[in-house]
Amino acid sequence: MKKKADAKTLWKLFASMFMLSSCTFGGGFVIVSLMKKKFVDEKHWLDEDEMLDITAITQSAPGPLPVNASVIIGYRMSGILGSVIAVLGTILPPMIIISLISLCYEQFRTNEIIATALRVTRAGVAAVIIDVTLNLAGKVLKLKRFMYTAMMVVCFVLVAVFKVSAMAIILTCLAIGILDAVITCKKEAKA
Amino acid sequence: MIWKLFFAFIQVGMFSVGGGYAAIPLIQEQIVNIYKLMTLEQFSDLVTIAEMTPGPISINSSTFVGMQLSGIPGVLICTLGCIIPSFIICLTLAHIYYKYRDLGSLQTVLASLRPAVVSLIGSAGLSILLIGIFKGGIISMHNLNYVETGLFAVCLFLLRKYKANPIAIILGSGVVGTLIYMFI
Repeated sequence: MKKKADAKTLWKLFASMFMLSSCTFGGGFVIVSLMKKKFVDEKHWLDEDEMLDITAITQSAPGPLPVNASVIIGYRMSGILGSVIAVLGTILPPMIIISLISLCYEQFRTNEIIATALRVTRAGVAAVIIDVTLNLAGKVLKLKRFMYTAMMVVCFVLVAVFKVSAMAIILTCLAIGILDAVITCKKEAKA
Repeated sequence: MIWKLFFAFIQVGMFSVGGGYAAIPLIQEQIVNIYKLMTLEQFSDLVTIAEMTPGPISINSSTFVGMQLSGIPGVLICTLGCIIPSFIICLTLAHIYYKYRDLGSLQTVLASLRPAVVSLIGSAGLSILLIGIFKGGIISMHNLNYVETGLFAVCLFLLRKYKANPIAIILGSGVVGTLIYMFI
């Protein structure tokens, strides 16, 4: 892994995070979808498996998901300095916006145009996340391993229908993964 | 006072596993019940605003509490407290991940996590979609918002067919949708 801590990379890192964070309405997985589009599809800084691994790590660690993801992506690109810069880019937009709103939040909360704009934006946000999901799900299906396909379907039903927590899902799949690694190891030892 | 804030938000940052809505009761416990930095009413306003603005709820609330209590320095101290635990933990995990990610057995373990992550992202998308296109998130033909449904279909088409820029899609859907509602 090569790390670049030059001013240009750091600036790009900051600008990308700032931009993504400004547009992230509706929770952590929105920003993960946007990061995947930006850093995997557009800039080719990360590969797709790496982005999914990062998502799993950010979901298992405490703290806000976008901040966690920025720490890891920043570290990957430019070391600890990169993490600091990436986190700054991620937290500045909400800090600025909330600071401004806290000065006049009564007007903000009751403004009808703002309420409408925020409500309709969900349609676009949902489209982005579903687009990313379809691409990723396609990749999982292409692996043609029954276990992975089944895990994807079962996890989806558990989360979407039965509202099982993301943490429980990650931990269970981690256990399955470890079991799988142990079995593969034993098979290889026998062969 | 400012140290009280700092420690309250370190705890919020450290124990809010799972992010987003899982963090709300925890923030309420720290900020409203234990440290009494906000009233419950202020806190529910905050949740409303946090839902309406970009950014993680814990950053939003640390900024809001900090600003109300001691202006810009308060904002910086609270937000810093909130991200310090994540920063240290994620940096450690990132270091371990990049050091060992090429190991065959770790790859096998991680490969099992990936389908789960895809499902998590997908169900987050689905729940936003349902809140978006049905009034109050209640699924029935009667509650269907036609404008949002149309917008969603057009956005998804543009993304799938033309690989449209996602930020343009998000901002565009907000502008177009608002204009439609203003003229009908």
